[in-house]
Amino acid sequence: MIAIVDLGIGNISNVKRPLKGTVTDDPYRIEKADKMVVPGVGNFCTVKEKLNPLKGVISDFIEDGKPFLGICLGMQLLFGYNEEGKAKGLEILEGEVKGLDRASSPHIGWNTVKFDSDFPISNGITDRSFFYFTHSYYVDTEVPIIGKTEVLNSDEKTVFPAVIRSGNMYGTQFHPEKSGSNGLRLLENFSSLGGDEP
Amino acid sequence: MLAKRIIAALDIKGGRVVKGINFENIRDAGDPIELAKRYEEEGIDEIVFLDISATNEGRDILFDLVEEVASEIHIPFTVGGGLDSTDQMTELIRNGADKIFINTAAVEDPDIIREGSDVLGSSNLVVAIDAKKEGEEWKIYTHGGTKRRDMDAVSWAHKAEDLGAGEILLTSMDRDGTKEGFDIPLLKRISSAVDIPVVASGGAGSAEDFSEVFDKTEVSAALAASIFHYEEWNVFELKSYLKRRDIHVRY
Repeated sequence: MIAIVDLGIGNISNVKRPLKGTVTDDPYRIEKADKMVVPGVGNFCTVKEKLNPLKGVISDFIEDGKPFLGICLGMQLLFGYNEEGKAKGLEILEGEVKGLDRASSPHIGWNTVKFDSDFPISNGITDRSFFYFTHSYYVDTEVPIIGKTEVLNSDEKTVFPAVIRSGNMYGTQFHPEKSGSNGLRLLENFSSLGGDEP
Repeated sequence: MLAKRIIAALDIKGGRVVKGINFENIRDAGDPIELAKRYEEEGIDEIVFLDISATNEGRDILFDLVEEVASEIHIPFTVGGGLDSTDQMTELIRNGADKIFINTAAVEDPDIIREGSDVLGSSNLVVAIDAKKEGEEWKIYTHGGTKRRDMDAVSWAHKAEDLGAGEILLTSMDRDGTKEGFDIPLLKRISSAVDIPVVASGGAGSAEDFSEVFDKTEVSAALAASIFHYEEWNVFELKSYLKRRDIHVRY
């Protein structure tokens, strides 16, 4: 069972359908799930409040090596200090969430992702494929980055993580559920991941 | 680098697509879901649904439609038409819309832009502007282009940005429906005046029109309705043309 944790104000039917997941915020059900997805649309503070009681279960889930996918805010919340909320996130992963520079913010639209090499999550997705982004903040982290995106503004070039991965923990800055066939492929890849990848 | 976006617009009344559409391989030409799916397959970057029902019943149907669209398509879509409260906007986002646009309500009470962007997030709130040339400037119109306002389009675009609009959907009333090409002077003026993305609308009649608007102005996206509906151009062909012209599109 894939547990989808609904936190924001947005509709998550387009995450739920391709993953065939179950929407829940019950820690006991999440604990029993094989995989977990945290989609993220909404405001940092309200979402964090809802996620706080689940900090333990998420942390154990990731530590146990069960496949986890955080989308946009659902990824950003796992880190430490967050500039948007001017508060700490769940501090499950090391790193901070910072604002994009003014000229590139908000970063909305279709941008390419440069994948470092083949990973189960990017299986079948051509390097430099387009994904849909809508955000003003990015993660600055030591967690391995497996996909990068660039924004160009006059001469200024900003590069930020589009996909991060540590074992079976994945995070995407873009919205796979809004990224057409590439996004659906990524979600399908996630659904077919096995547990305990190195 | 962000791709220039190509957007298809669908006019909706009572949950059905209006304006004649004659796709050959479509079972039900008035079904917005089927059209939206087809556009997604052809590579459209975004879809705008403009509700012209203007009745409470039509509005209820729109909410259901949005929910269905959200579960059927996997690209972003924007909804608007006669919305005048943040409650309606929030409910549409809850039902699955990615962005909301407002026009008349924003002109009548500009504070709704601030309120809307606080609740939905600035990037999810689009202000639509209908502009018509008068002498050396452009005046804005509301109520579906029927009511002239003594307001300069450039200053209004600035004000909308200051109040928190995340994007401007700019329609040239002089070009709308003419297929004579986008209104380059208007789009150039406003896209260079604001920092937020501007979507060009009104006048698209050929692939050359799209390449011209991206070459000559700073718009982030260009929108069309009828040239896609009537299959004069499909999105895939349009994008391959733009790519050959070195315009950065998702392809």
